[in-house]
Amino acid sequence: MPSDSHKHTAVLVDGCRIPFQKSGSGYTELMSYDMGRMVLRGLLTRTGLPPDELDRVVMGSVIQDVQTSNVAREAALAAGIPSEVPAFTVTMACISSNQALTSGVDLIRAGLADRIVAGGTETLSDPPIRVARPLRKRLFEARQAEGIQDYWDLLEGLNPRDIIPESPSIEEFSTGEVMGESADRLAAAFGISRREQDEYALRSHQLAAEAREDGAFDPELYPAAVPPDFDPITTDNVIRDNTSLEQLRQLPPAFVKPFGTVTAGNSSALTDGASATLVTSAEVAEADGLTPKAAFRDYRYVAQDPGTELLLGPAYAIPQVLDAAGLALDDVDVIELHEAFAGQVLAVLEALQSDTFAEQKLNRASAVGTVQMDRLNAWGGSLSLGHPFGATGTRLVTTAAHRLHAEDGRWALVAACAAGGQGHAMLMERLP
Amino acid sequence: MAHSVDLNTDLLRLDMDDSGVATVWIDDPSAEVNTISRETLDGFSEVLGSLEQMSDLLGVVFISAKEASFIVGADLRMLQQFDTPAEIRGLSRRAHRLHWRVQSLDVPTVAAIEGPCLGGGLEMALSCDYRLASTHDATKLALPEVNLGLIPGGGGTQYLPRLIGLQQALSLMLTGKNTYPRKARKIGLVDALIHSPGLHEAGRRAVRQIANGTVSINRSQPSVAKRLLESNPVSRRIVYRQARRRTRSRTNGHYPAPPRLIDAVKTGLEQGLDRGLDAEMRHFGELAFTDESKALVQLFFGRQAGKDNPVSQHAAPFRTVGILGAGQMGGGITEVTAANDLDVVLKDQTLKQAAAGKRQVWADMNRKMEKGIVNQFERDKVAERVVPTASYDDMSHCDVIIEAVPESLQLKRQVLSEIEDVVSDDAILATNTSSLPIQRIAEGVDDPERVIGMHYFSPVGDIPLVEIITTEQTSDETLSTAYELALAQGKTVIIVNDGPGFYTTRILALYLNEALLLLEEGADVPAVDETMRAYGFPMGPFELLDFVGIDVAGKITEVMDEHLPLDRVDISDSARKLADANLLGQKTNIGFYHYGPAENGTGKERKDFNEDIYRNLGQTSRTTPPAEIVQDRLTLMMVNEAVRCLEDGILRSPSDGDIGAVFGLGFPPYLGGPFRYVDQNGPGAVARRLRDLAYQYGSRFDPPDRIVQHEGRGTRFHRDD
Repeated sequence: MPSDSHKHTAVLVDGCRIPFQKSGSGYTELMSYDMGRMVLRGLLTRTGLPPDELDRVVMGSVIQDVQTSNVAREAALAAGIPSEVPAFTVTMACISSNQALTSGVDLIRAGLADRIVAGGTETLSDPPIRVARPLRKRLFEARQAEGIQDYWDLLEGLNPRDIIPESPSIEEFSTGEVMGESADRLAAAFGISRREQDEYALRSHQLAAEAREDGAFDPELYPAAVPPDFDPITTDNVIRDNTSLEQLRQLPPAFVKPFGTVTAGNSSALTDGASATLVTSAEVAEADGLTPKAAFRDYRYVAQDPGTELLLGPAYAIPQVLDAAGLALDDVDVIELHEAFAGQVLAVLEALQSDTFAEQKLNRASAVGTVQMDRLNAWGGSLSLGHPFGATGTRLVTTAAHRLHAEDGRWALVAACAAGGQGHAMLMERLP
Repeated sequence: MAHSVDLNTDLLRLDMDDSGVATVWIDDPSAEVNTISRETLDGFSEVLGSLEQMSDLLGVVFISAKEASFIVGADLRMLQQFDTPAEIRGLSRRAHRLHWRVQSLDVPTVAAIEGPCLGGGLEMALSCDYRLASTHDATKLALPEVNLGLIPGGGGTQYLPRLIGLQQALSLMLTGKNTYPRKARKIGLVDALIHSPGLHEAGRRAVRQIANGTVSINRSQPSVAKRLLESNPVSRRIVYRQARRRTRSRTNGHYPAPPRLIDAVKTGLEQGLDRGLDAEMRHFGELAFTDESKALVQLFFGRQAGKDNPVSQHAAPFRTVGILGAGQMGGGITEVTAANDLDVVLKDQTLKQAAAGKRQVWADMNRKMEKGIVNQFERDKVAERVVPTASYDDMSHCDVIIEAVPESLQLKRQVLSEIEDVVSDDAILATNTSSLPIQRIAEGVDDPERVIGMHYFSPVGDIPLVEIITTEQTSDETLSTAYELALAQGKTVIIVNDGPGFYTTRILALYLNEALLLLEEGADVPAVDETMRAYGFPMGPFELLDFVGIDVAGKITEVMDEHLPLDRVDISDSARKLADANLLGQKTNIGFYHYGPAENGTGKERKDFNEDIYRNLGQTSRTTPPAEIVQDRLTLMMVNEAVRCLEDGILRSPSDGDIGAVFGLGFPPYLGGPFRYVDQNGPGAVARRLRDLAYQYGSRFDPPDRIVQHEGRGTRFHRDD
């Protein structure tokens, strides 16, 4: 390999995450900054990298805490990363930490950085609650108020319901549609039945439970211990070991009532967690005596109309990244596809093997290909492991690298959809 | 036009700006920090002479040119050179006169303070009309003279109460504790705060604005209750009485400075400033020649000297410390390490045990957060430095390993041998043990050069000492790195050679053994404890046995037993007997005393005496020897053994022996340590007392050779006085 390309090839040295926890359980009391700090500390400990050698810390996060809006910076400082190392936070819905990672990869490719940390952190246990706009407006104006009369005037026109706090909106801002509704519609459009969705959800939980029993996650899990008790949290708690088709079948539709097919059982759950990866140039990894697990070969971002194809991004991004690398879908040994909803995963798979979709949407003569199920999410996915929005992307990448080694594969494909109608796909090649 | 005024002194510089504001820069060119010496006083006198002649002077700013350090106090070496109280009084008198001259300038004077402003430095600042402090982390104000057995001699006892009130002033001076900028502003010790880079300019602005009347010196009025209590001589008498009572209960009358401090303050407030200054001067002069003050000053010097790593050139850098064992000791060591910006990987057998060690660090930082000492982020950052683990894999990049597993030779050998294979060849391996020979522990390791003893004391966060133990094989690199680490942990260090019980445990073992012998002779446990506390030990010997664990003490005695000549020491087996009965002390909630949850919610506290203890030892009647006998037997047993440690080459110097006993074991500071004790009482007198005790109680009290030698030659252990 020519030395210049060696210098500008970004490689994954290692990745880890704290165990993912259902919102309202293990990490209820934490800020996303707390989890970000914990996972960065874990990554530094695992890799033994002197933190002063880092060039950048990039983290993804979706629900922002106004106290720590650049959560990457606060987490890095508190993790003991020297103040001289710049850090920034990116947000791109569920592919935020994919964007964090590729931002770092780009810095290495451009020769602007040698060692970066990319990750993501998210709490959904403590969403920022705001007071209503009319009250906010008056509180802002109250800063200039002097005397009783001014305050009295501010109360004029304030409706009693204006003092009720508002939760953050879960609808798509541009369309007003809840994501579960989009998933329900997408499944219907691709003819995915309720049963197929439930079976896929069951598969996800079963594979995750098996992988956990086999110790497959041990290399990527960094145990957490949370104040004030510091009882160690060592495993993911979203996996439902004992769920069955019988149970899943009984759940009512969660979004499109009463005849929709997307339920709580075949959707990913609200989850808290954080993940991080250490990425260096191939040259630096060699000089530092590190043994990288995989090289980042290519990636693509795509975007569609959020009204019609909110969650179909992977079906667009995957063919693009494969074409760029001159690979066919069958050449890929390991696929890690984000599971927002079982219906969304199955719709993506359907789109990939559809000649019609290929002709109409991808401008291709024939379908991209059929995904062989034994290569897809073999250790479970977001449905079973949980989905802390900002942290999922680097989890997918770390798991893909570990699977390449465990399954003796060469190529791994990571893909994910995101709110806003955006999508991402990335190709990784096993090292050595 | 802005210009400098030529001065003879090189300790101060005088600049004038265009508006007529003078700046006096305090900047001793021969030292890193400014101190108050005779020369400094000469310098101030000269500067004042110059200022007094200026007709167009608008005001004066006093400021230090040192990096974040105002004046750290009087030059103690200078104080030592005086031969009589009269000379010291003279110095005090000169400081008082300078104070008066600053106050007599008819222009505004401002002290602009950044960094430590201590003792004579604060007294200098008190002479100004206005005090401005920077919010720099290093800024702190204190009159710490009492910690050296002295009182403020530059007017502090008079001017501080007049500025901040009687009770507040007494509290600051009797404890000697630091006041940080925000608190100083709140209590009126300083008038305003400013960020560091704006300090000098703010000083000049303060002068101009006081001069033109835009800033009036208007200190907030004390509370009504405080005014009522402090405004008349009758109620002030209550304050003096309370202060004296509190002082007596804290010092048991062993420290002469606090009562004299109260007297100086009282004289000034009740009989006027001049009488007060005279009283301060007189007490200051006399106190400087007391044994107690000399002992405390020497301990201060000894501790300062310990801050220089004697082999620093060999030190290897370290970033991550691996600690094996997350119990009380391991957790404590983790805490002082993480709190001083080092990363810690903390291993125990299970992750849960290791995480409990991290919890200890977090809980301590959380208490500091609740007190406002650190913020949430700082708490999180310190706690996050600690990575708990149950696996050696996470320790491969540790630069230093400190094992703090239970006291078992086999276990310690095993863990060091295991960790040796995990860490790099350069990592040093420290073992925290109170009694096991380091040499024997090192036998488990392939490369004994990297093995060293680091003996911490419980509770690690509170006890300043680390006793570093080297074997013949320990390399200079290992020693040097261990020394740097202990300094980084904020510890006071002594280096001793390997041997049974090293230094501190050896002298403590014989002290505790003597207490048990007293018990066997029929002494009353609470009475002995009370006697030793009254003598100045932080706790009595039986309370201490309960604290360290009666079983641990029994085990130490066993280890020591093999090495001590039996004819010299009668070894008590009471500790073993009690341990066999499962009376272990605090950990089993019963030993010589009962223990239960503390009323303030943190940890355990002592409850009632355990009356059954005598029955456990098969005793029926009680006779306690007089307090003096108890004190002499226990203290001299410790002193004797300390001298033997010096003879045996365990100790490198008498000063190390004093530092180790005071800062590790709580030997009463006013006695200065075992060696200072012999020197101050006179080797001859000590030898005679030892012979008496040997005659009555056995040959273990025979005076050691070194004491006999000093007796014969009329010499002393320390050559400094």
